[in-house]
Amino acid sequence: MRFEPAQRMTLMTTDTKTALVRLEDVHLSFGRTEVLKGIDLAVNKGDAVSIIGPSGSGKSTILRCINALVQPQSGRITVGGTRVDQLTGESERIALRKRVGIVFQQYNLFPHLTVLDNIVLAPTRILGAGRPATEKLARELLEKVRLSDKENAYPGQLSGGQQQRVAIARALAMKPDLVLFDEVTSALDPETVGEVLWVIRDLIREGMTSILVTHEMRFAEEISDTVVFTENGRVVDHGTPQQIFHTSGNPRIRQFVGGFSGGRGEIRDGESI
Amino acid sequence: MMGAVLAKRGRSSHILRNGGFVALPLISLIWSLADPTLGRELLEWVPYLASGFMMNILIALSAMTLGTLVGVLFGILALAPFKLVRYPVAVYVQIFRNAPHLVLIFATTYIFPFEIMIFGTYLPFPDWVKAVIGLAIPASAYVAEITRGAILSIPTTQWEAAKGLGFSRNEALRWIILPQCLRRSLPPWMNVLASITMGTALASLVGVHELLHAATDASTAVRRLDFTVIAYLVVMTAFFTLCYPISHLTRRLEGRFNAV
Ligand SMILES: Nc1ncnc2c1ncn2[C@@H]1O[C@H](COP(=O)(O)OP(=O)(O)OP(=O)(O)O)[C@@H](O)[C@H]1O
Ligand SMILES: [Mg+2]
Repeated sequence: MRFEPAQRMTLMTTDTKTALVRLEDVHLSFGRTEVLKGIDLAVNKGDAVSIIGPSGSGKSTILRCINALVQPQSGRITVGGTRVDQLTGESERIALRKRVGIVFQQYNLFPHLTVLDNIVLAPTRILGAGRPATEKLARELLEKVRLSDKENAYPGQLSGGQQQRVAIARALAMKPDLVLFDEVTSALDPETVGEVLWVIRDLIREGMTSILVTHEMRFAEEISDTVVFTENGRVVDHGTPQQIFHTSGNPRIRQFVGGFSGGRGEIRDGESI
Repeated sequence: MMGAVLAKRGRSSHILRNGGFVALPLISLIWSLADPTLGRELLEWVPYLASGFMMNILIALSAMTLGTLVGVLFGILALAPFKLVRYPVAVYVQIFRNAPHLVLIFATTYIFPFEIMIFGTYLPFPDWVKAVIGLAIPASAYVAEITRGAILSIPTTQWEAAKGLGFSRNEALRWIILPQCLRRSLPPWMNVLASITMGTALASLVGVHELLHAATDASTAVRRLDFTVIAYLVVMTAFFTLCYPISHLTRRLEGRFNAV
């Protein structure tokens, strides 16, 4: 079964002035494997956009393009005023990555550093921020992710959910304009998924621009301004959560979304963390 | 039951291993006490032997310091993104990792001049310094391999996390990758230390006044068979006393790291 890429023009209607991130006709191959076959995406400042779709459809690769971890062969990528696809040289890419936070599925905390030092390392070493001010910021962030009592623990002593919350705090310590979340709850025990989703939901409510690759359908429905469905390196459809999850006429999307019904991703208010 | 047996075996092997640690000095002591003339002779030579042994320690520490500095640098360069840097380093490491230490000590002794000119003044280039270089070269090759292996053993996700935060390659190496390598490379580094320390005895063959050389001097002067035997026993004891704690500590560290 094949689907046409989403109508490019409708995506372009988002006001150019407020779009913080914009991908236009992005093509990317690894060797001879074509992974992205013309991706269009626009994310407004303060919005949360969820990318859903089957495994291997190129979701992670889209995120990697946005913070220049990989370079597409063609297409335009704009973040803020920066043409990401035209960046040349390491220093320009680094300047971009300081403004774009990314959180990975496997948390990837630095195992030799305490929780506090994991958070403090990048701002002090990369941004040249002062140690006392950064520690203060780190403690505020730890409070936000509800881990104040763990600042002296090492990553190995924490549960997956706790480590992932530290990873979120670590990304936020760089005061990014935008945070990319790549299946951040996929590696977690079901009991700890909720605590991470709570933190992300708080962040989005505070207006942090976020792009989330996720399999938590209920969560995506609850927090997203826009949901994008990708398959085979193309955006099959995009729209409000209501359109994608409930009124989509596309049988492939219905099937995909239906497969997750009654699944995880629910967070009940008052759930203990 | 099983546990008790295992514990007992563990303890007896422990006694056996540490027994070796006291046996050698004990034999030398009892023997020299048994024959007072021998004991007196040995006592007279102890300061001379000790001064030789200080030279072994000096050579070992200098060679390891130099070898570690160069080795860590080369280990990093062996993974540089430029072939022009990577290949020469790889050749250096392969050649000197597989060269006998004695050959290198001979080579450095006869290649380097006995004095060097720096800013118009001639400075002596003593043989012990040449031995240091001769041992620092293989040490640097081993340390380069250890460093390279340790860097490669760090998961690529660590590099990715660092990149995602805005670290450059060098910054990631300095603040995230190398600190994690330190722990992993300590046990193999100590193996090199022990091997280089034992290798310092080779310097006697190019005339450096170190312990083995001193023992040979002593036995030539005293000309007693039992003294010769005990003098070399003392040499063995000295090296054993120096190297055994190193290898013991290495084993314990390896055990600890493997357990984690
Ligand atoms: N560095 C790479 N080299 C070669 N192929 C790659 C590389 N990274 C990704 N791919 C391939 O690109 C395709 C898309 O990968 P991507 O990780 O973006 O998918 P995904 O939608 O995130 O999937 P998942 O849900 O499993 O994480 C896959 O077929 C993958 O094998
Ligand atoms: Mg992925």
